[in-house]
Order: sequence, then structure tokens, then C-alpha cells
Amino acid sequence: MKRMKGGAFLLESCQPEDVFTPEDLNEEQKLIAKTTDEFIREQVFPLLEQIEQQNFSHTVRLLQEAGELGLLAADVPEAYGGIGLDKVSSTLITEKMAQGRSFALSHGAHVGIGTLPIVFFGTEQQKKRYLPALANGKKLAAYALTEPGSGSDALGAKTTAVLQEDGKHYLLNGEKQWITNSAFADLFIVYAKVDGEKFSAFIVEKDFPGVSTGPEEHKMGIKGSSTRTLILQEAQVPAENLLGEVGKGHLIAFNILNMGRFKLAAGTVGTAKRVLELAIKYALERKQFKQPIASFPLIQEKIATMAIELYATESLVYRTAGVLDQGLSGVEQKQGQEVAKAIGEYAIECSIAKVVGSEMLDYVVDEAVQIHGGYGFMSEYEVETHYRDSRINRIFEGTNEINRLLIPAALIRKANKGELPFFARAQGLQSELMNLMPTLPDPQAAPLTLEQEQINHAKLLFLFVAGQAIERYGTKLTEQQEMIRDISDIALSIYTMESTLLRAAKQQNQSKPNATSHLQFAEALIYNRMQKLEQIARHTLTALFTGDTLRVQLAILRKLTRIEPKNELQLKRNIVKQLLKAKKYIVQSRS
Amino acid sequence: MEILICMKQTFDTEEKIFIQNGEIDDDGVERIINPYCEYAVEEGIRIKEAHGGTVRLITIGGAEAEAAIRTAMAMGVDEGYRLDLTDFPADSDEQTTSECIVQLIKQKQIPYDVILCGYMSIDNGTAQVGPRIAELLGIPHISTITSLTVDGRQVQVERDVEGDLEKVESSLPILLTAQQGLNEPRYPRLPDIMKAKRKPLHRMKWDELRVDVQMIQARTKKVAILPVEEKETGQILSGTIKEQSQELIRLLHEEAKVL
Ligand SMILES: Cc1cc2nc3c(=O)[nH]c(=O)nc-3n(C[C@H](O)[C@H](O)[C@H](O)COP(=O)(O)OP(=O)(O)OC[C@H]3O[C@@H](n4cnc5c(N)ncnc54)[C@H](O)[C@@H]3O)c2cc1C
Repeated sequence: MKRMKGGAFLLESCQPEDVFTPEDLNEEQKLIAKTTDEFIREQVFPLLEQIEQQNFSHTVRLLQEAGELGLLAADVPEAYGGIGLDKVSSTLITEKMAQGRSFALSHGAHVGIGTLPIVFFGTEQQKKRYLPALANGKKLAAYALTEPGSGSDALGAKTTAVLQEDGKHYLLNGEKQWITNSAFADLFIVYAKVDGEKFSAFIVEKDFPGVSTGPEEHKMGIKGSSTRTLILQEAQVPAENLLGEVGKGHLIAFNILNMGRFKLAAGTVGTAKRVLELAIKYALERKQFKQPIASFPLIQEKIATMAIELYATESLVYRTAGVLDQGLSGVEQKQGQEVAKAIGEYAIECSIAKVVGSEMLDYVVDEAVQIHGGYGFMSEYEVETHYRDSRINRIFEGTNEINRLLIPAALIRKANKGELPFFARAQGLQSELMNLMPTLPDPQAAPLTLEQEQINHAKLLFLFVAGQAIERYGTKLTEQQEMIRDISDIALSIYTMESTLLRAAKQQNQSKPNATSHLQFAEALIYNRMQKLEQIARHTLTALFTGDTLRVQLAILRKLTRIEPKNELQLKRNIVKQLLKAKKYIVQSRS
Repeated sequence: MEILICMKQTFDTEEKIFIQNGEIDDDGVERIINPYCEYAVEEGIRIKEAHGGTVRLITIGGAEAEAAIRTAMAMGVDEGYRLDLTDFPADSDEQTTSECIVQLIKQKQIPYDVILCGYMSIDNGTAQVGPRIAELLGIPHISTITSLTVDGRQVQVERDVEGDLEKVESSLPILLTAQQGLNEPRYPRLPDIMKAKRKPLHRMKWDELRVDVQMIQARTKKVAILPVEEKETGQILSGTIKEQSQELIRLLHEEAKVL
């Protein structure tokens, strides 16, 4: 596999052999997925109702059981009591766990934002002291960044840390808000400003003097997870519990978010699979007008579209897992900061996955409720919980707005550092575009040939729109948030389309039995996104130009987003057959 | 204690069966450890945990069967043998399978105090291989066991006899076949999954065995493979007993046309 730089997918082409797909899992990875799946279905499912009532003793005991199975140890190096698995395996664990709703959030917060700061930035001593117990579940972790006055603007935190005169303790003062796992966490990663200025991170044990938590919040969803304030009143934290360097807390916070975002996306795949299964089974059982509602084309279309969107996220999540593993190959696991840096290279991909995954899941749960009709509005139906639980994903780990703002900024930073040839490519683009000749559809051509060309055009479109916006506004582009959002959305679409295309093409190249089915999913997804791209780009171009110049730019836009008409109605009717037959999400053409 | 397990890989119970040109289409299907064999694997590992020793395992199958062997290793099996019958130049049946397994045991001198098998495989469902192996090895066998205690060289067994319980005692060496209820198979722990790939797995082809194809080829002949007809949903009659009986007679007469 060829290794690509972060964000390079926007500028370069990528081959099917270079991407990882869910069809490439090896035996160990399949077994890891199976163990997780069985653990959730057999141990967690029967207790979900009680967990929903905040019976946290179940959560804690199940996390310890998960620890015994090794399900908390994937991202912890062997040297510190973990298993140090590849990122594909750790993605699979997150995906399968996600079916466990609130329990999955408790798990995710512990293994992700709770444990990883120590894995990446802990000193040798801190790692030896804390990681073995975190990896086996004897101790549970939480992450305390947010405050009442600072959410998205995390660096605006007011919590302070002052080193006492004897140099042995920091005194922390402040209040952290909405801290997942706070009811039962043994330790918190807390961000505070040393001397009110230097943003820094600390490992704070719950039993340190001056540490307490507030009452449980009443939430819209994920009700079975614990969310409280963390109160620090003259909290005494030993000096050796400073995590990383004074004033370098932002590095920790931002690096942790990359994995946090990626894991969130992996979770949306698992939840969406569960929800789609619920929706399909319900549609097959519920009869109206003397037939199962699954026989109505409008219901079938919903199921097909949900599955296509899920396929797309699944493709891009596993592609990204593969990209992370490539980036990490050759990096010594024990060198936490090196690992964090290698992952940070793919911050753009992690943000994209977070946004795409959370929006996919919200779409899927919404349609699943719709398929359930009034029953979907009733709490006895599992789908009702999923509908409420899903909503948080667009808010935490950086709101989707914040993530959309980050993507172009990260790209421009890389371009300025000379890591990506963005400006070189953007130059001379105009003449390239003027001379662009559309290729005509060739019935003899291999499947996905047209789609591949459309994606190439979408990449040109990205350069074109982003290039024009930067040329016009320069560093002031940050004020044009709508344009940045548009540019992000183009990047999102490209990564989504290309990940589905490469996955389907890989099955095709390897003559896999289900390749035809993959082709259908990819074609449907790309057809949909190409149409949206035109709208998105038009929105920004129309704000950048007027009159004749605008007309010329829009003509280029039309050339770049030209697609052959496709009978989408029929395509979806074909796709839905396998889903109804299997009674769950499946990419299969055996029949 | 030397423990030997004979295990088969089968289709996942959730797979639909498709028949193409008179053969079962196995392209791209999900496979699992035959559930009865999984009880055998679990029991073998438990014996080892209680008494020490080594758990070995034999599977007949192609490369795809290694997934099942690795799973069993992740559960705790120490060493595996995969015997490949691909290109066997004659028809094969339970006769072939058991002769091959016994040849393998003898040729490789695989030691055993206890041999554990699933009592049947969920695909062919003949329940013959276990007893045949015992016969060929000349050791006692007890089938469909639901409980096992090993005490020195003595074994006490509870077995399921068409729903009744029978208690049997015997001594090692012995072959036992596992029935549902024997135990609850564990999920492999992640560290054990990672260790499994480093455990020894020996691969052999049938022609490396000293077997006489004429002797061990199938003694039965497969005439046809047919799909099970899908059951239609039943009808529940309502009304008084009298109305129900009248309706039943009418349906049997007019719709089912059996009266
Ligand atoms: C259930 C739950 C669990 C949580 N768990 C944790 C946890 O374990 N640890 C932790 O530290 N935090 C946690 N959080 C906090 C979470 O990370 C924050 O809610 C999130 O970062 C958003 O901050 P905020 O809620 O203050 O929203 P705000 O930052 O006030 O944002 C409000 C709106 O303004 C938009 N906005 C903000 N800034 C900009 C901008 N520059 N440009 C355009 N739009 C902008 C946002 O996108 C959003 O739509 C949790 C929150 C919830 C609800």
C-alpha cells in the first residue's frame, strides 16, 4: 500500500490497492469483532434498560468484564499492560460496542479521551502507574475540558492551577462541565491554566483533596451515561501529575480530539447498522393495507438510501483506519508523542469522518423512526432511544460547525508549510479548466470509469473553488465562514465518494462474489453527491463573482459537475432486495 | 492429560442455503465452528484448566477452515492439525472422514486420554464420526454428554437420552461426543486472539496419509441435494370449538383437498 500524506487525497489520485476496506479484515480482526459483538449482545443488551436508569454499578461491572476480555486495552501499548492493536482492530471494537448505546459512550470516553492522553503524553512513570489499571478496567477515566463558559472555545478555560511554594503540589480551582463518566471515574484528565495563563493538563484522581462532582444532568439522550460537573476547590494535585509541559495543554487537547473524532465516526457505523436492522425488521412485520409496509416503494427507497449512506461512512471509516495504520507503521508504540503526531497528520480525515458519520447517523435514525410511524415515537421501541441518543454526536468532540471550519484551515496550514502542493496545483488551473473536454460515456468501459472521472473533476472543483476564495480573501477568509463551510463540504464529498468508489473497485478488481452489489452502492452514492456538489460550489461562486465573470465561472462549474443521468429509482429498488432478504444491512448479491 | 478434539467448520447458522447445479453454493458464505464441536472445544480447554496437559485439535477442511482452528486456539487449544481432502479421487462420507482422522492420529502419534467431538455436525447431521473413530481406535465412547467429571483415570458422565438423563461411568482413554448444555463456550479474549496466530498449526494433504482410497472411499452414494420447502405461515382458526371444527373440515376439503 502506498502511503499518502494527510489531506493529499484532495490533490492526488488513489488506487484501490492502496486503501483498506471492510472486506480486507484478517482472521484476528474478525475474531476481535466477534468477541466484542457477542459481549455486547449477550452481556450488555439484557442490562441496557437498567443502565438507561443510571444504574451505574452495571456500567462499572460491565466495563471491568470488558477489561478482562481485553476490550479496554486496544490502544494501550503492551509495555504498559495493554495489547497495542492496530487501528483497524480498535475501530472494529468501537463499531461493535456502539450497539450498546449509553454503555458504548462510557466505554468510548474511558478508552479514548480518558486513557489516550496518558498513552500519548504521559511520562514513563505516569504510564506505569496508571495505564495497566486503565487497560484492564480496575480504574476508569474521564476527560474534563469543557467549562460553563468555554465549550468550542476550549482554550478559554477559567480553571486555574498554581504551584505551591514547596513545589510539591498544584492547587486547582474551577468547575468543569458535562464530564462523561464523572459518577464513577477514578481519574480525570483536567485542563487548567497555570498562573491563570498557561493552558496545561493534569491527571487528577478523584480522591485527591478538593475534588468532587456535582449532580447528574438530565439529558435528551444517552441517558444511561454519567454527565456531571467536576468541582475543583483548592484541589491538591501532586506536581508529578502534570501531564506534558506547562503551557502545552492545547497540544494534548487537540491531539486527543483527532482520535476522539475518528472513534466517534466508527461508532456511528455500528449504531447505524443496528438501527437499520431494527427498521428493516419492523418494515417486514408491520402490515398496513393488508401488506407489509416493506413492500411499499417509498419505504423501500428509505431503506435503500439509509444503507447507501451507511455504506459510504463505513467505507471512509475503514479507509481512514487503514490510513492511520500506514501512518503508524514504523512508529514505536511506546513513543506516545510520535504516535500522536502520526495520527495528527490525518486530522483532516478524522474531522471529515466525524462530520460525515454523525450526520449519516442522524439521517438514519430519523428515517428509522419514520418507518416505525407512531410506534417509533413510543419509548418501548428501541428506535426511539437511538433517535435521541444520536443527536449528541453532532455536538461533542468539536461541533460539526467547528470541524467544518477546521478542515480548510488545516489544509491551508499544510500548504503553507509546503507539505501539500495545493498552491502549485491551483496555479494554471484556470487554463486547464477552460480546455477540459468531457469524455463521452462508453458502454464498453469498465464499471465505475465515469464515476472515477467525476471524482477527478470534483477534485479540480475543490481546487477551483478553494483557490478562488483564498485568492480573493487571503487570510481574511476566516471571516467568510459560509464559504469555508462550502469548501469543507466539497472536501467531505470527495473523501466520501472516493472511499466508496475505491472499495467497490477493489472488490471488482479481485472478482469478489459481491462485487456487483458494491458497484450499485457506489454508483448510487456518487450520483447523489455529484448533484449536491454543484449546488454547494454555486453558492460560493455566486458570492465571489458577479456579471460575466460569474457566468464564465458557472460554465466551468457545469463542466466539472456534468454527470450522465441515471435511473436512481431502479437502482435503489435493486439495492433494497438484498437488504429485505437478509433483514439487515448487508452488501451481498448472493440470491 | 492429553486432550484431542475433532472439530468441523460449518456454515454460519444465519446463512441461507442456495443450491446450484445440484451442489450447495458456498461462495462467500460465513462459516463458524460447528456449534456441537464448540462445546467439545470448550470442554477440552476446561479439562486442561482443571488437570493440566495439552489440548490438540484435528479439522478436516480447506484453507478456509483455518479460521475455525484459529478461533479454537484463541479459546485455548494449543496445537492444531488441518487435513485437506481437496482432490480426494473418490466420493467421501463419514467412513472416509473417520478413517482419515484415525490414520492421522496414528501416523503423527498424536497422544490422547480424552477425545472430544461434537455429537453431530449441523450440516450433514449424521452423528457418525465420533463413534466410528472410537471403534477404529478400539476405545470406549459415550455420546451426547451434558456433564463430565474426570477423576484420575475415571470419568463420570451425564448424557442426554432423548430428553432423559443417563449417568455413565467409564475410564480413560475414551471418546466423548458433546451435546448442547455441556457448557457455555467462552468468547476468546483479545490477548489470546493475538497469541493464537503463533500457535503451531500442521497442514497435511490426504495423499500424505497411508490410506487405501478404495478402502476408505464412501460407502454411501449421494443421490440428490434438494432445498427444504419453505414453510408457509399457519392459520389460526377462531370461534367456538364447533365453528372451528367445521371450518377446519371445510379447509381440508376445499383448500388442502386432502379429504
Ligand atoms: C452529553 C455530553 C457529554 C459531554 N462530555 C464531555 C466530556 O466528557 N468532556 C468534556 O470536556 N466535554 C464534554 N462535553 C462538552 C462538549 O464537548 C461541548 O458541549 C462542545 O464542545 C460544544 O461546546 P458548547 O456546548 O459550549 O457549545 P458552544 O461552543 O457554545 O457552541 C454553540 C453553537 O455555536 C457554534 N459555534 C461556536 N463557536 C463558533 C464559531 N467560532 N463559529 C461558528 N459557530 C460557532 C457551535 O457550533 C454551536 O452550534 C459533553 C457535552 C455533552 C452534551
